[in-house]
Amino acid sequence: MGATATNKHIIHGVFSDEVPMLEACKKLRASGIRIKDVYTPMPIHGIDGIIGVPRTRIAICAFIYGITGTSLATLMMWYMMVHDWPNDIGGKPTWAYYFAVPAFIPITFEATVFCAAHGMALTYFLRCWLVPGAKAKNPDPRTTDDKFLIYLELNDEQSGKAQEILRNNAAEEVNYKGAFIVPPAYVLDETH
Amino acid sequence: MNTDKLNFTVPSKARLFSFALMGLGLLSIILMFIMDKENHEENYHAGTRAWSNLFAGSFFFMALSLAAAFFLGLQYAAEAGWSTTIKRVIEAVMMYLPWGLSFMMLLFLVGQFHGHHMYHWMTEGVADPENANYDAVIAAKIGYFGVFWWIRTILYMAGWLWFTFKLRRNSIEADKMDIDVNNSYHWKNIKLGAWFMVLFAVTSSTSSWDWLMSIDTHWFSTLFGWYIFSGMWISAIVAITILVIWMKKIGYLEYVTESTIHDMGKWMFAISFLWTYLYFSQFMLIWYADIPEEVVYYQTRWESYKALMWTVLFVNFAFPMIMLMSRDCKRNFFFLMFVGTIIFVGHYLDLIMIVMPGTVGHSWTGLSWMEFGTFFFFLGLFIYVVLNALTKAPLLVKNHPFLQESLHHST
Repeated sequence: MGATATNKHIIHGVFSDEVPMLEACKKLRASGIRIKDVYTPMPIHGIDGIIGVPRTRIAICAFIYGITGTSLATLMMWYMMVHDWPNDIGGKPTWAYYFAVPAFIPITFEATVFCAAHGMALTYFLRCWLVPGAKAKNPDPRTTDDKFLIYLELNDEQSGKAQEILRNNAAEEVNYKGAFIVPPAYVLDETH
Repeated sequence: MNTDKLNFTVPSKARLFSFALMGLGLLSIILMFIMDKENHEENYHAGTRAWSNLFAGSFFFMALSLAAAFFLGLQYAAEAGWSTTIKRVIEAVMMYLPWGLSFMMLLFLVGQFHGHHMYHWMTEGVADPENANYDAVIAAKIGYFGVFWWIRTILYMAGWLWFTFKLRRNSIEADKMDIDVNNSYHWKNIKLGAWFMVLFAVTSSTSSWDWLMSIDTHWFSTLFGWYIFSGMWISAIVAITILVIWMKKIGYLEYVTESTIHDMGKWMFAISFLWTYLYFSQFMLIWYADIPEEVVYYQTRWESYKALMWTVLFVNFAFPMIMLMSRDCKRNFFFLMFVGTIIFVGHYLDLIMIVMPGTVGHSWTGLSWMEFGTFFFFLGLFIYVVLNALTKAPLLVKNHPFLQESLHHST
């Protein structure tokens, strides 16, 4: 690999409106700069594609959780109602699972939804580390009010170029927030 | 924006296609009436299946345009912005309503004068203990039928027509103004839409009981109205989606964003589930309770319509669930059109399964050219009326407060 320690410069580009901010994002990406994150006061539809967020894989998780729910519910009902203690409820015996399938469908459905929904929520919380006691990671509290912020972590060469692009695209403020050193083991290939 | 594409002209091919469908349909309707013979052994009246087919075709497309009116009212009442660019298409689908209601009225009148025997309660002397046609169950609830039934039918029709025409007129009037400063017509339509929701909530249920459930006069299900409602809603969604995609393909509606059509795909997916939920709920409650007077409804279907029953469940539930689950599928317009077409036919078959067992009963011999022929006739008429309605007003509304939002809609 041969990577060496790199300087990373933290830059905040602050905007007061979403339109110039999105324009700046497009310019930054066009010149090969990776956007670390964007903080906005309200959700902006379609921003993922513009700032180059890879497509979410939560749908795949949801499918797996859902299938898990379906299987667990089926197993549970089969064990309780067929294997362990078969009943004859209202003339619908559960001597075999398929005898009373309609009665099992609502539970199957509910368990599928339950597992998919909770699994997705927990995955999301853990992935974003939104756990109890977690500290807010907002770099500038004004983004919860009326400011739009582009957050960049860039090497020496790109840092100057990015600041110039931000200034040329109606950024209200371009704040340099210092640098940190990334040890060689953590230097990632940031071409995209 | 290309302004000469704001006024729709019916392509001659489309017009020809609608006439061809109507011609083919009319031919099969005539043949159907000639070939539908009496069968004394099975107590089957001549023409029952033919009339039932006419009824299914009339009801399906009437209900579809009614659901489009509901959908339009919903957009107003919810103050939704995403759908503004396709509002004229929804309106055009809604404008089939007077045609559909005329067919219904015609069929009711024929029934009242004993031209067909679809409604058991319309039989003469059904409530008279001295008469040979006496039926104790129907006699006990005859007060709900007869004159009261006719009053309700006329009230539904008048109410729906009044609201649809008002909604449409306000929408067109708003276009005529240079600038609508106070959004006055929009506010009028919000009010109309909200009141239509109220009327529709009640009448969609009661009209399904009156017109469809009363075919099986002895039987009742409180859930029936919502089941019919979900079916008509999904059919309307599919019709609007297919129309929008087709118009986009021939060069109109270029300002309708991909996201708007994607949203229609989401509706298609969601309402398919609503339908399944209600279909299954009705079935499961009756299956579980096992009360003879309720079970009889499914018994006929299970014995003589089993293939149809499974087809309907598969096409209207499993098929859209698998096919429309992913985002990419809902953004692939050819795919959306393909799935939509199949669901559309699926819901027509659902209606066949609702109507036929109560009229044709065990004399059913399976789906045939009769069902499809009648479907083609009404489909042709529907296409003709809707495309004509599209030419009557510019395709993009003016003076709508959410127009810009809709033009920039993205999800």
